[in-house]
Amino acid sequence: MKLDIPSVLAEKNRSRKAAQLQYLAQYFRLSVFDVLHERGTGHWGGASSAAELLVSLYFDAMNVKPEEPRWADRDRLVLSKGHASCMLYTVLAWRGFLPVEELKSFRRLNSRLQGHPCMVKTPGVDMSTGALGHGVSVAVGMALAARVLKKSYWTYVLVGEGDLNEGQTWEAIMSAAKFRPERLVMLIDYNKVQLDGPSQEIMPLDPLPDKLRAFNWNVAPTIYNGHCVGEILDSFTWIRCQSQWPVAVIYTTHKGRGVSFMEDNAYWHGSPIDAESYARGRPELEATLAELEAKL
Amino acid sequence: MTVTQAAMRDALGDALLELAPRFPDMVVLDADVSSSTRTAAFGKAYPERFFNVGVAEANMVDIAAGMATCGLRPVASTFAIFLTLKAGDPIRNTICYGKLPVIFAAGYGGLSDSYDGASHQSIADLAVVRAMPNMTVVVPADVIEVRQALEAALLMEGPVYIRLSRNPTPVLFEGSPPLEIGKIRKLRDGSDLTIAVCGVPTFMAIEAADRLAASGISVDLLEVSTLKPIDAEALARSAAKTRRVLTVEEHSIHGGLAGAVAETLGRLAPARMDFIGIEDTFPESGDYMELLKKYGISAEHIENRAKALVKEG
Repeated sequence: MKLDIPSVLAEKNRSRKAAQLQYLAQYFRLSVFDVLHERGTGHWGGASSAAELLVSLYFDAMNVKPEEPRWADRDRLVLSKGHASCMLYTVLAWRGFLPVEELKSFRRLNSRLQGHPCMVKTPGVDMSTGALGHGVSVAVGMALAARVLKKSYWTYVLVGEGDLNEGQTWEAIMSAAKFRPERLVMLIDYNKVQLDGPSQEIMPLDPLPDKLRAFNWNVAPTIYNGHCVGEILDSFTWIRCQSQWPVAVIYTTHKGRGVSFMEDNAYWHGSPIDAESYARGRPELEATLAELEAKL
Repeated sequence: MTVTQAAMRDALGDALLELAPRFPDMVVLDADVSSSTRTAAFGKAYPERFFNVGVAEANMVDIAAGMATCGLRPVASTFAIFLTLKAGDPIRNTICYGKLPVIFAAGYGGLSDSYDGASHQSIADLAVVRAMPNMTVVVPADVIEVRQALEAALLMEGPVYIRLSRNPTPVLFEGSPPLEIGKIRKLRDGSDLTIAVCGVPTFMAIEAADRLAASGISVDLLEVSTLKPIDAEALARSAAKTRRVLTVEEHSIHGGLAGAVAETLGRLAPARMDFIGIEDTFPESGDYMELLKKYGISAEHIENRAKALVKEG
């Protein structure tokens, strides 16, 4: 790790910050790749897809206190695509919620790092997820609670295609448009590949922005590159300027991002990273990390 | 002497209003049945604390979960069958897994939505929620217990399922010591047979016990208002004394009170047992009391089965 985390958090220069977060995301991606290979279990595809989004949330947008994980006024994140757990844990660890060393215990017996996020066991996890389709509803509840309790925290929910297949997500989308809770933001990690294959084959979602607009959401007019921190920060700027709730932002991403032969390939949704694939894939991740380091 | 009758759903509506000032963090959610479940009155009095989510039970339960993590005390209300089966995943994976303090007001339990028929009758809800870790399961027997159960649940930490009924039924516990979650209420002391009952059929079991006493059979009558955690000690003490146990419930005989009692006594005090409830079948439309009677839930049936159990040895 070439960066000092407190300095990253304190960085005010936008382009320097973007470069630092871009580096962090790749560093975490490499860490997740190592852990998943070492453990022989976990979901590489969706975890890698969400790296830049989760880093940007926890190191830029979100107001949290790692020393007080249940701080009542904190911003919330619901990782509705709970199978990206290993990336969430990695981000939480480097953000100060748990020891980085503990990441190696992912999915081990007696570990606090369950296969899918468990709010009772892991500091910093705002909601247990794993079964798909829960996150948007939960986020609606959190955002409505802010209204009832007269608090001003933000509620973010990160969803993937699987979530958007679930009927409950659309119940939640309807109800959010009814109650219009302030500061509710749905981020869509739109990598267009599900467990079994391309979304277009499994369950087509397009035209997704039109669907969300038809459900009366305030949808960002731009579809952002979810692997470019600069664009993600632009999207956050747009979000901050909104007054019509709820807000949805779609990010184009790639499942298994960073390893060429794993990208956009449904096989790498949850398959263990075998020794040969690990040996072939790791140099690619290292090379990108070196490029990003050079830009710091 | 006429017995006062009152409906648990009305008791829920009244209790929410009564407890609202004392529990300012309590919010109520309903799934487009608030005029039936009687939560509508709370919604009228406290519109900023009431959320009608439409016919979307799973969404309702997860919204309640999100609220609970932020310091609110949600009461999620709808018909028991849709609550437990349509929202079974959120109840388990979000609320129970997270030990979240959400209260489920499960209306129209058992056969009480009698005319609407089998599609609306809830005979598997207790089996479903009993199997979920961290869940407390309460089955009040009258309106008095409904209010007491709600208040007790609001003072607890984790999720609580309170099963309610639609129709007026006898008021049994006016002036009695309050319902205590996790404790059996002993209604008659006897030595020939234990009858364990929960919910609406409690009044039938009282009637049956008194008739049995008149014919020389003394019944240890236990009202098991909490199915989980069950009062194992009181159950075992009674079964060890009588060696015969009959369970009575307005639910399938699979997985509800019968299951809870049999599981407990199988370990602590094995006894000869019989079970009154719905026998693995779908009931039908009809008048509530006639329907219960047709499916074997009546004082007369309890009396007969009790006699048979005593006769068997």
